[in-house]
Amino acid sequence: MSVDQATVRHIAKLARLKVSDADARKLEGELSTILEWIEQLDEVDTEGVEPMTSVVEVTMKMRDDDVTDGAIADQIIANAPEGEEHFFVVPKVVE
Amino acid sequence: MTDLTDLTIAEARDGLSNREFSAVELADAHIAAMEQGRLLNAFVTETPERALQDAERSDGRLKAGDGRPLEGIPLGIKDLFCTQGVLTTASSHILDGFVPTYESTVTANLWRDGAAMLGKLNCDEFAMGSSNETSHYGPVDNPWRRNGANTSLVPGGSSGGSAAAVAARLCPGATATDTGGSIRQPATFTGTVGIKPTYGRVSRWGIVAFASSLDQAGPITRDVRDAAIMLQSMAGHDAKDTTSVDVPVPDYEAALTGDIRGLRVGIPGEYRMEGMPGEIESLWATGVEWLKAAGAEVVDVSLPHTKYALPAYYIVAPAEASSNLARYDGVRYGLRVPGEDIVDMYENTRAAGFGAEVRRRVLIGTYVLSAGYYDAYYVKAQKVRTLIKRDFEQAFENVDVMLTPTTPNAAFAPGEITDPVTMYLNDIFTVTVNMAGLPGISVPAGLSSEGLPLGLQFIGKAFDESTLFRAAGVLEQAAGFDAQPGKWWA
Amino acid sequence: MERQADFAKCIKGSTGDWEVVVGLEIHAQVASRAKLFSGASAEFGGAPNTHVSLVDAAMPGMLPVINRFCVEQAVRSGLGLKAEINLKSVFDRKNYFYPDLPQGYQISQYKSPIVGEGEVLIDMADGEAVTIGIERLHLEQDAGKSVHDQHPTSSYVDLNRSGVALMEIVSRPDIRSAEEARAYVSKVRAILRYLGTCDGNMEEGSMRADVNVSVRHPGDDLGTRCEIKNVNSIRFIGQAIEHEARRQIDIIEDGGVIDQETRLFDPRKGETRSMRSKEEAHDYRYFPDPDLLPLEFDQAFVDEIAGSLPELPDARKQRFIDDYSLSPYDAGVLVSDRASAQYFETAAKGRDAKVAANWVMGELFGLLNRADVEIETSPISAEHLGELIDLISDGTISGRIAKDVFEIMAETGSAPGSIVDERGLRQVSDTGEIERIVDEIVSANPDQAAQVAERPKAIGWFVGQIMKATQGKANPQVVNELLKKRLGMS
Ligand SMILES: [Mg+2]
Ligand SMILES: [Zn+2]
Repeated sequence: MSVDQATVRHIAKLARLKVSDADARKLEGELSTILEWIEQLDEVDTEGVEPMTSVVEVTMKMRDDDVTDGAIADQIIANAPEGEEHFFVVPKVVE
Repeated sequence: MTDLTDLTIAEARDGLSNREFSAVELADAHIAAMEQGRLLNAFVTETPERALQDAERSDGRLKAGDGRPLEGIPLGIKDLFCTQGVLTTASSHILDGFVPTYESTVTANLWRDGAAMLGKLNCDEFAMGSSNETSHYGPVDNPWRRNGANTSLVPGGSSGGSAAAVAARLCPGATATDTGGSIRQPATFTGTVGIKPTYGRVSRWGIVAFASSLDQAGPITRDVRDAAIMLQSMAGHDAKDTTSVDVPVPDYEAALTGDIRGLRVGIPGEYRMEGMPGEIESLWATGVEWLKAAGAEVVDVSLPHTKYALPAYYIVAPAEASSNLARYDGVRYGLRVPGEDIVDMYENTRAAGFGAEVRRRVLIGTYVLSAGYYDAYYVKAQKVRTLIKRDFEQAFENVDVMLTPTTPNAAFAPGEITDPVTMYLNDIFTVTVNMAGLPGISVPAGLSSEGLPLGLQFIGKAFDESTLFRAAGVLEQAAGFDAQPGKWWA
Repeated sequence: MERQADFAKCIKGSTGDWEVVVGLEIHAQVASRAKLFSGASAEFGGAPNTHVSLVDAAMPGMLPVINRFCVEQAVRSGLGLKAEINLKSVFDRKNYFYPDLPQGYQISQYKSPIVGEGEVLIDMADGEAVTIGIERLHLEQDAGKSVHDQHPTSSYVDLNRSGVALMEIVSRPDIRSAEEARAYVSKVRAILRYLGTCDGNMEEGSMRADVNVSVRHPGDDLGTRCEIKNVNSIRFIGQAIEHEARRQIDIIEDGGVIDQETRLFDPRKGETRSMRSKEEAHDYRYFPDPDLLPLEFDQAFVDEIAGSLPELPDARKQRFIDDYSLSPYDAGVLVSDRASAQYFETAAKGRDAKVAANWVMGELFGLLNRADVEIETSPISAEHLGELIDLISDGTISGRIAKDVFEIMAETGSAPGSIVDERGLRQVSDTGEIERIVDEIVSANPDQAAQVAERPKAIGWFVGQIMKATQGKANPQVVNELLKKRLGMS
């Protein structure tokens, strides 16, 4: 299936990627080519086949309920582009 | 004294423990090589002071007779592994300035065993690529050149820096990661050995994620023994990674018995693809003969869904990547490009921070997961994945390993492949292994007509890396691959 | 089966009766020490970003590992909601961008939740019992917190809550009034507190609800619903529903249509308002989290938890009715809170249960209300209240004196026996002593005595005088008998 520029813009919005008009035109072609190529999967009969949820067949291990981490606020914000008194700072969010 | 950079890990290990040279001397030699090799653009961050500090500590232990398995061995680390106090970028602009406060499990294991860090190695951005052309820090140059030519060649990807550095003898071994072929394909392009272990064999904790259900770390080295030595340290259960499997790690070096008599080697017919170059086909046939001569039994096997592995991969991997890369939002680390409001800040940051290939895959991944398309793409691909895994399970009822070419071609020139889908086809023989979670190793087996290295791949049963090493060791012996690139960069 | 419209619960509009249809998504924090997928503390509060691990901050390469206790609590809660437990469930990623969502996705359960269908019985004040269907219960991560009032152009992000384990309990749209919604939330809260799986502390956000409201004329199809997010008190839930239902009715009756949207409740104004940040429709792109494996356990695991379940409110209420002959209303009040029920049972053990119930629901609840304390920290222990009841029933003190003793107990925390002894409050039943006082007072008041002959009720005045003279300690029965004899009435 091919995608049009409106679809490119829509998914770019979902993915929080700014696209210029030129980008959108270019991506329209590139993404369509990739998607058309991917669609050869339609040939495969997957009737009754379970989709894979994990490639390793072991049961999930679980942690004990112990506090073993935290109290490292300095490390947590060490790389923050903007921080204030151990908070991360972002442009104002309006609800 | 021979050039210390010519030594394999095993040779260096022996030389160090016999006090033939010191760890500092070994580190110095590699630091010099690393500096001389800057034209290759293999390293994005050099850490010579760190390498020397590590080496001094190793010399102390060696003197005290307290050497550990990798004592004093200088290694290069793919820039996808988080290293405490050392810039880690995944070769992406979006991780500008990111200095982890933590150490990945794999690198921590290597330091625990005495290795020294030379620096961080270039790769495709977020490990997305097959040519190392998508790195924010520029492409890596393959040390190899075509016979009589000066044209630059790609080292393969995404672990292009790792493969180039090992091939050019800037370091005797390097860490790498493989999501669809990113260890094995560059190993083939550079005449090195690369193993992608079984999914769950090596911890993913602290490695920048590309596609969680496919990513697996492994080493790139100059020979099979070194790969066994490095994987020994890298592998093991990690309580911090849910998908890491708690099974014992056998002695891999001890598996190199050189004896494959009675080993049943499967040849999957579906890998004989239309349009495959004759020299790849004949190398494969030669490999079969070598194994037969060594006493292996060769059996034809069928993996009917091989053809669909790559398109299914290009749904699963981008889908997971689109979600894994959502954390790069300019809030907690890395690049932030201001905007009018929070959404604008996100969009500016991510548009500027991600390169074209990453953006493309994030968009594909977002699309295939979006409302109305999820079942048709993602669920379908995961069903195909079940079929691919089933193919292998059935085939492995009759054989112990399989032998295939690693790639459909030798190294190519930068810019030679511009169409994404053609580029993706580079992984056609390697990607099936990731989809099924199995181990695969690439061994250099010969040269192309143009004088470029070509590799063969063994595919093993889950958690049976030992058999891979054993078979690979025999093939390596038979191939006697000792060609080296000319040191044009030094 | 869908509930029949109850016209008594309908809201009158200009176009006839309106039925309110409500469904609730309760988010209940699991009473765990650590977070769902990390070892950081789940405790409320803390300095910014101190209850945060590298995993909670979504640092590159970080991976989730699930907390077993949280899984057990979800199963336990499911059993308490008489729900079906799924032996296999799956964690999915819910993808969206928000500054307090560091991963760019929330780990939740979408298609395969850990708990399936169940039900909750609610008792309304008029004696009606209503069954509310439970659609599912799933485990998920909480988000962090954005603070918007610290700076004119910036929001501050604290990730202390990021990754805290929540159980989302989704009801069917079976609720038909604000009153039912309040009763439902109270009941779910009581069940979880009985089970100990959630502390139910709504002020600290341990429990909050998303409220879905729509209106329709009885018999019509469901109307368009609005979701009121994150309402954090039972009273506000009621107010939000009342306001929202009225708002929707007014819009429809004015010829408008309801937009399906997310709204916020403003407790100061008692109103709901549209969220300004609603943007384009959400597309969460759910898919199974590849960093985790399916969550699987066997029936034995469930059975073991089932075996450790305490008696729940419904069973306890029935037992109070059967064993203590309490009225359904009294039993319902006492079991609505596990601590109250426990208190009552301790105080009532081996005593007149109705007397004990009256003391608990009357004096004790009154005291706790005035003092604004929880029953867990009651200044009067259940044992002491029981002893007080004993002192009344064995005639040591009168019921009136008992109320004074109760007040002293509340102030001092002392045992009632010692208070009675120290303060000489023991009831006087000695006939000789009382006879002397009766004689004294009757002789001193001949006019009053004469009046009693004409109006027998006037005897009360003498009783009062005698009680006054004995500081209330005289046994009122004895006083009555002796007075009647002295005044020639018997
Ligand atoms: Mg919800
Ligand atoms: Zn929720």
